[in-house]
Amino acid sequence: MDLNASLSLMRPELVLSFSALALLLVAAWRSEAGRLVSILAVAALVGAGAFVISFMVAGTNIAAFDGLLVNDGFANFSKILIFLAAAISLMIAPRFLEKVGAMRAEYPVLILLSCVGMGVMVSATDLVSLYIGLELQSLSAYVLASFVRSDGRSAEAGLKYFVLGALASGMLLFGASLVYGFAGSTGFAAIGTAMDTNVGLGLIFGIVLILSGLAFKISAAPFHMWTPDVYEGAPTPVTAFFASAPKVAAIALTIRVVLEAFGSQILVWQQIIIAIALMSIIIGAVGAIGQQNLKRLMAYSSINNVGFILIGLATGTAQGIAAMLVYLTIYVAMTLGGFVCLMQLKDKEGRYREYFTDISGLSKTRPALAATFAIFMFSLAGIPPLFGFWGKLVVFNAAVAAGLLPLAVIGIAASVIGAFYYLKVVKVMYFDDAADVIAESDDRVLVWTGGVLAAVNSPLGYFAIPALGMVTTFAAKALF
Amino acid sequence: MNAADFPILSFMLAIPMVAAAVCLFVAAERARVIALLATLANLMLGVALWLSYDPAGAQWQFTESAQLFGPIGWKLGIDGISLTLIMLSVFLMPICIGASWHSIQKRVGEYMAAFLLMETLMIGVFAAQDLLLFYIFFEAGLIPMYLIIGIWGGQDRIYASYKFFLYTLLGSVVMLIAMLWMIQFAGTADIPTLLNTDFPAQAQTWLWLAFFASFAVKMPMWPVHTWLPDAHVQAPTAGSVILAGVLLKMGGYGFLRFSLPMFPEASADFIPLVFGLSMVAVVYTSLVALVQQDMKKLIAYSSVAHMAIVTVGLFTFNQQGIEGAIIVMLSHGLVSGALFLCVGVIYDRLHTREITRYGGLSVNMPKYALLFLLFTMASVGLPGTSGFIGEFLSLAGAYKVSTWATLIATTGIILGAGYMLYLYRRVAFGPQVNEDAAAMSDINGREMWLLAPIAIVVLWMGVYPETFLAPIRRDVANIVERIERAAPAGDSKLKAVDPTTARYRVAHEPTEKKAEGSH
Repeated sequence: MDLNASLSLMRPELVLSFSALALLLVAAWRSEAGRLVSILAVAALVGAGAFVISFMVAGTNIAAFDGLLVNDGFANFSKILIFLAAAISLMIAPRFLEKVGAMRAEYPVLILLSCVGMGVMVSATDLVSLYIGLELQSLSAYVLASFVRSDGRSAEAGLKYFVLGALASGMLLFGASLVYGFAGSTGFAAIGTAMDTNVGLGLIFGIVLILSGLAFKISAAPFHMWTPDVYEGAPTPVTAFFASAPKVAAIALTIRVVLEAFGSQILVWQQIIIAIALMSIIIGAVGAIGQQNLKRLMAYSSINNVGFILIGLATGTAQGIAAMLVYLTIYVAMTLGGFVCLMQLKDKEGRYREYFTDISGLSKTRPALAATFAIFMFSLAGIPPLFGFWGKLVVFNAAVAAGLLPLAVIGIAASVIGAFYYLKVVKVMYFDDAADVIAESDDRVLVWTGGVLAAVNSPLGYFAIPALGMVTTFAAKALF
Repeated sequence: MNAADFPILSFMLAIPMVAAAVCLFVAAERARVIALLATLANLMLGVALWLSYDPAGAQWQFTESAQLFGPIGWKLGIDGISLTLIMLSVFLMPICIGASWHSIQKRVGEYMAAFLLMETLMIGVFAAQDLLLFYIFFEAGLIPMYLIIGIWGGQDRIYASYKFFLYTLLGSVVMLIAMLWMIQFAGTADIPTLLNTDFPAQAQTWLWLAFFASFAVKMPMWPVHTWLPDAHVQAPTAGSVILAGVLLKMGGYGFLRFSLPMFPEASADFIPLVFGLSMVAVVYTSLVALVQQDMKKLIAYSSVAHMAIVTVGLFTFNQQGIEGAIIVMLSHGLVSGALFLCVGVIYDRLHTREITRYGGLSVNMPKYALLFLLFTMASVGLPGTSGFIGEFLSLAGAYKVSTWATLIATTGIILGAGYMLYLYRRVAFGPQVNEDAAAMSDINGREMWLLAPIAIVVLWMGVYPETFLAPIRRDVANIVERIERAAPAGDSKLKAVDPTTARYRVAHEPTEKKAEGSH
């Protein structure tokens, strides 16, 4: 395949790369260009998304660059989700960053570059391209985490993220080199063929190390320790971004590695995934109980949700993968919505609040905000009739269909522990006495984004089930 | 008869939902009126439903089906059992709204919205014909009830609301896994189809246990009943009425709709477990009720005891027992609801539920004392009231299966008489030791309107139960026929048919069409 054909399959990433570079120039020549660059960056994401959708509609499934990358339904579905989450993160950010004095043009540019990395991640079919995509995404993320340079917590978050991220990348690379050494190739397909015959100890070590590195990136237990600190320290719009787009990319990447490279040896990786999933569910649930900071709470919530998503992967079936994609889609809507609500917690002096005591009795002073936040909390807890229930249902349905009944039973029983702290948020907002520290939100964008996301999470979301089911099934088929 | 052109069940679900949304945005006065009108409209529709239900017609009537949500089918339909429970729900709802008219003063719009949402979900549970749709309605009820207890409840409302939510959630989630397995096995989530699916015996055991975990908590059965006294005591009066009146019936309905006909072999195997727990519940919770100082707690424990009679009746595997269990459910829904209202009446005046703070109320509140007496007697199971019919039938049915279980369960009636009459004596009779209690005014017109309709139905059910038995008879017969193959032998030595009494027997042919509802 010649270079032109390969490049044309990578049009979304090219659009984003050139936009990012061009926007850097704009930023260099215009001072105070943060808002303008943000708007243009959203436009770039829309343009890239249009290409992705056209690929999706055409049903493209072609390898590019001699098998380094692939443009298939799975990659395209993940990209749509990633670009959507990134665009929302861009839209909600400007006013917040202006308030904390950090609205610089680098913010949208870094998000675009991160999106390029994520685009590569979800289409990678080779350990080398996988690593390049992952690092491009991660490096942008490290900078984003410490974006508020004057804030000690933000700097700490960035540094922590960087050091631990480098450790995880090291593990991943070590695993990749072991797999390369024992399988004789870095291409997923070739590794898969090599694993058909026999799996030696070296390969198993390689698989374990690669999965550990990936578990760090998706913040699954026991590699989750960085998550609460980074989520707490990073500026809230950045946290919203971390909890949505990169998580989708890293999970999609994990799916592809596990199924395409190690797929033939399900017994080797299935127990690892099951262990990670259950640990994430339980640690995510138990760890959140004592938290006083709402951002830390959301961090544990994301660990918890990753556990549920991984149950779909443990099945190793097309149904399970489709279920994961459904859950991911709903998860993005839930978690972004949760952060949008957090970003509206601003007191009368204009400072941002993020503790339980600040939202005490919020339903009496800001009923609409409290109601939207409650919807996201119940949805995250997976209580019907909210849409979050459907995500849990499809994942557990896939586990039952694959015969993983003990996993399903333990997982769903552990979800009750998680329900406890989501309920606590509702309790503080609705049952406690009003603290009356939160002022009326002056940010229309946040109010509207929150409202739309709440509508998605409400029972209205059920109307999307047939379409979502069709698209995710199509996407999952690309891997089988 | 079958109003295929008019989706009456969807309307009954939609009216409270729309009204709930409206209530959120209007002032308190308006919200009360809207809620009352919506619940009355639903009561009208319910009466229409009852009048046009044909006990001899198709098993599932008023069926609706639409593919809106992919795998979750919007399938509704009712049989006689659903019909009676839906009637109970729509009958109690306007009373609940009326009971909250003055006692709820803060956040009225939200309160009414929560109750209206609750009504939609309750009707949905009884009308759903799709397993997943049933689960959604069943679980969704937790959210409004959590808010009702937590926002408008008493002192320890937060503890009670958590306990209620997490207890019932933990019970239900395992049932979801079982449901998913059943859907995989049968290839459909359609309840009428699943009712005629034979699951393998070994799987039945596990499925039965998973469903039991949910329904036993909801019911509630001993020893997982502990959430109930807390929730009842802390909930506002109308919340207790709905909780005791309808939510507890979801457990019994679940046993009847799922556990028995879908897993007959497993149900038969677990009869000793169910009877054992029920026997403990009857004796233990009755004794606990006897020593309560808090009126609401006493009635809550009596609920557990009555529900134990329901479980005994359900697992008798015969017509009498199951019919009796349904009548106990209906009767308990009315009577315990009314008793909570009675407590609410005096609580509104004196703001305490402590029994010793009252006394001699029959002197200054004669009308109240009379109605309270009627409901006390109905709770005890006095002939002529609804309680007698149900308890007698279910115990008669139980006798065929296990004489010992019947013996012990029957002590519940004696103990019930004990704690209820003791309660009544301390509240309504005796000297008027508390001056403030002696100065309370008798029930006013509004309270009369709340209690009198329930009193009429309680007497109606006690004197002419055929009205309520006619719609369920054929559906119970269907269930009995379905589970007959697993029916236990029983230890009672019944005579075949005594020729001397045969001439008093009345044949109730299913084809004999009663004009029920024309009363």
